[in-house]
Amino acid sequence: MTQTPHAETTIEALHHVIEIADLSLRYETRDGPVQALSNINLEIERGEFVSFIGPSGCGKTTLLRAIADLESPTSGELRVNGMSAHEARANRAYGYVFQAPALYPWRTVAGNIALPLEIMGYPKSERDRRVAEGLELVNLAGFGKKFPWQLSGGMQQRASIARALSFDAELLLMDEPFGALDEIVRDMLNQQLQRLWGVTRKTVLFVTHSIPEAVFLSTRIVVMSPRPGRIHDVIETGFPRERSLDIRETPEFLEVANRVRRGLRAGHSYDE
Amino acid sequence: MKNVLPVTTVLMTLLAIWYVAAALMNAPLQEDAFANAGRADYSTGELIAASWEMERPKLPAPHQIVAELYKLTIDTAPTSKRGLVYHALITLEETLIGFLFGAGFGVGLAMLIQSAPILDRSMTPWIVASQTVPIIALAPMIVVILNQFDIGGLAPKAVIAAYLSFFPITVGMVKGFRSPDPLQLDLMRTYSATRTQTFVKLRAPASAPFFFASMQIGAAAALVGAVVAEVTKSEDGGLGARLLAGSYYGQTVQIWAALFAAAALSAVLVGLIALAARAVLRRMAFSR
Repeated sequence: MTQTPHAETTIEALHHVIEIADLSLRYETRDGPVQALSNINLEIERGEFVSFIGPSGCGKTTLLRAIADLESPTSGELRVNGMSAHEARANRAYGYVFQAPALYPWRTVAGNIALPLEIMGYPKSERDRRVAEGLELVNLAGFGKKFPWQLSGGMQQRASIARALSFDAELLLMDEPFGALDEIVRDMLNQQLQRLWGVTRKTVLFVTHSIPEAVFLSTRIVVMSPRPGRIHDVIETGFPRERSLDIRETPEFLEVANRVRRGLRAGHSYDE
Repeated sequence: MKNVLPVTTVLMTLLAIWYVAAALMNAPLQEDAFANAGRADYSTGELIAASWEMERPKLPAPHQIVAELYKLTIDTAPTSKRGLVYHALITLEETLIGFLFGAGFGVGLAMLIQSAPILDRSMTPWIVASQTVPIIALAPMIVVILNQFDIGGLAPKAVIAAYLSFFPITVGMVKGFRSPDPLQLDLMRTYSATRTQTFVKLRAPASAPFFFASMQIGAAAALVGAVVAEVTKSEDGGLGARLLAGSYYGQTVQIWAALFAAAALSAVLVGLIALAARAVLRRMAFSR
């Protein structure tokens, strides 16, 4: 093998899961064009937990969808694992968790978790093994034979997380996964997700509306502001990887939360 | 059984209206009949009672139809050409064969239409146009054309039944295949699933409720097609042939009996599909 230009990108890919440079995305609507994303620059390293927070219309979901190749940017550079977003999707580089569980109602919980494995051609024995593992991971062991409607909203969303993790993608994209759940369930799922991130060593990109959620979970928080959607601030949280909900009472936590809140307010000020 | 009272009330009302209508429509005929027989001493009550017992009334009374149905099914051998069972079985056979082909064609067409917008745009107008032509005008032509190719007997009638049944099935199944919500479809994209995989794992199972609804309408339409075809080509029998024969000889009671037999046949078909739907949809957790 001789030296190829690929060698460089491979080395870089080891460091950066996501590379975004001057990314813009414009929608054409009936009321004219809408600038959903404007000049986004961001690099995310392997193993990070990055939250995207901002008011509605700031483009945080659009950015996640662009990374997932569910939306096409108008201009700029976007690399996932050193590949284009399209190649990354074709390579099944990420698992995606939507705002709603989006479980298929005619499949059991186990059947839903097995869905991506079926599509990706895993043999039956391997599917069964991974489904059992996934159910265990999200504390749903024993619920595999249930249908989605027999589960609570929180359990459904946990099943959808197991589904996203089942094929072992390095990258987990989560779009307000707990937005529809009540505070108590949310706290519990935040803890579980934190533990999951520790165990699986995935890179997680997490869109949320909630400041405590973002601060508790993240290594970095990207504060976004609307019209046009852009990055207002990027905040390192600096907490240890292992953390319990108790850190929410510490002064460090409150300081980070305040900085996020100030960022959100500043981005919002000329909104009236 | 909280339905019993309202359903019975409606039934009773309909029967009452029917008896009144039968008396009003048949009374003038019966008056003539009395006059011909040289009777003038009848009361209104007698006139009404007689108008419900005529041999060839304009509108037979319900109990006359029931009696005719009884006579032609229970009292007549099922193999007899005079009985309704014989003719109903002919109609059923044509309906089922036509329905089978219509359903296959209808679902296949729906798969094509949902697979590509260009096919949707190019084919849909023709499919709609095919249904705007009155079947009663089209049926004789189909019979004649197929006859040219020496295709006779059951086939032309099954073709006409299929012609009527495929359309509601196509419409219903296109809607069914498009019923998954955007999130469910996005999920398939995140796995970069192929179109075939998306169809097999998502669109097809999601269409199940639409499938059974379409089949119910399609089966009823196939029966209408078969009956219309039998009116066109009546020498092989069938309920449609009975309708035609009845109207030739002014046998209104026979017409109505055949009509009710056709309705009952249709109800049985639709009911069987509904039963299958209940079983399958419950298994698929669509209904709980």
